[in-house]
Amino acid sequence: MGAAAELTRPRPGPMVPASFTVTGKRQETADTWTLELEPRDGARLEFAPGQFTMLSAFGAGEVPISISGDPGGGPLVHTVRAVGLATAAICAAKPGEALGVRGPFGRPWPLEELEGADVLVVAGGIGLAPLRPAILALLAGQERYGRLRLLYGGRAPDQLLYTAELEEWSARGMEVAVTVDSAGPEWLGHVGVVPRLVHRARFDPDSAGALLCGPEVMMRFTVSALAQAGLTSERVRASMERNMQCGTAHCGHCQLGPTLVCRDGPVYAWSELERWLAVREL
Amino acid sequence: MRGLDELIAAAPTFAGLSQDQLRLIAACAVNERFPAGAMLFREGEAAEHFFLIREGMVALEVQAPGRRLVIETLQRGEVVGWSWLFEPYRWQFDARAREATAAVVFDGACLRAKCEADHELGYQLMRRFAAAMTQRLQATRLQLLDVYGHGRPG
Repeated sequence: MGAAAELTRPRPGPMVPASFTVTGKRQETADTWTLELEPRDGARLEFAPGQFTMLSAFGAGEVPISISGDPGGGPLVHTVRAVGLATAAICAAKPGEALGVRGPFGRPWPLEELEGADVLVVAGGIGLAPLRPAILALLAGQERYGRLRLLYGGRAPDQLLYTAELEEWSARGMEVAVTVDSAGPEWLGHVGVVPRLVHRARFDPDSAGALLCGPEVMMRFTVSALAQAGLTSERVRASMERNMQCGTAHCGHCQLGPTLVCRDGPVYAWSELERWLAVREL
Repeated sequence: MRGLDELIAAAPTFAGLSQDQLRLIAACAVNERFPAGAMLFREGEAAEHFFLIREGMVALEVQAPGRRLVIETLQRGEVVGWSWLFEPYRWQFDARAREATAAVVFDGACLRAKCEADHELGYQLMRRFAAAMTQRLQATRLQLLDVYGHGRPG
């Protein structure tokens, strides 16, 4: 089989992991790593910002991880926090080693719907990772949008992701505000929670759209602050995390109300979600 | 340069007050500048003023043995301090200018006297400070939840 035929060879079905090689690795925080992956069969994994893959360390397990790379090109990028057996094994993978990838899966951020409007990107903690592709796409096409703002909060200064890139995004025209929940006097930025940044941000509430990702409690408080600023829940999109296992809407583990997060999410309009988030234990 | 009543009217905390009320409040206020690192007030001192930040950033801090913690930062358009409103009129925290900061400084005793004499003004101010306090309380509760501390195991 020729090289061209190799590149266009269809991937195996969605339940079969493709083999990817770790080609780059960067430590973001004490427990979080960013991995760059290249497919062993040479065919780039095309994705839309907001989608996720099922990422596996062979012999350890498989987990849903949002794609953090540039949708315009480059390697497949995942930022992973080591919180369990599978994620610890993925974070421990060294350059040259293989990881399994299924996907991409899920509904992406609706960036086309935001054209002409101010866009508020609101991230908490590792929630910046699923938003990174959207930020890169917004900056690449920023002439099509109004003001671009990133409001990013973390637990402490040493737990912030992509710190060098935050400055780069700011230099490219995105207004970036960063806050941490607690800090010593050596930190010269904001201290306080993300919703406080919403109260300070200026945007046109009649047309703006917001993209949210972070801990669910943080998102609820943020939506409340956005509502006080005049932004209705229809124009707020949030990326949800549930127990995705198959990624193909068959197993039902990620059910959220009448929806399956792997198929109908992970990105939802908040107006689709709020009814179900009010149900305890859901 | 804009008059004090205009500066005060532009702050969200004072939005909606009448011109007469703004003039009454402005009569208790002066403009002041604080270089980076200057203290606006210290824990335990008499709380005789409060501050509306015009430019810059102010950190609320608490001193613990061997370290100094920043509780919250406040910036343009936000009000610093409400201990002037309630007995025993003592600051609970330190406030430090993180960068060169310009603020409208209000004389708390002057304003309290005007609120006693004009209960409508007192009610309007109390409503606004209560709203600001509620917002900060909610933020503090969220801070206490430490929402970034726990990832889903996997």
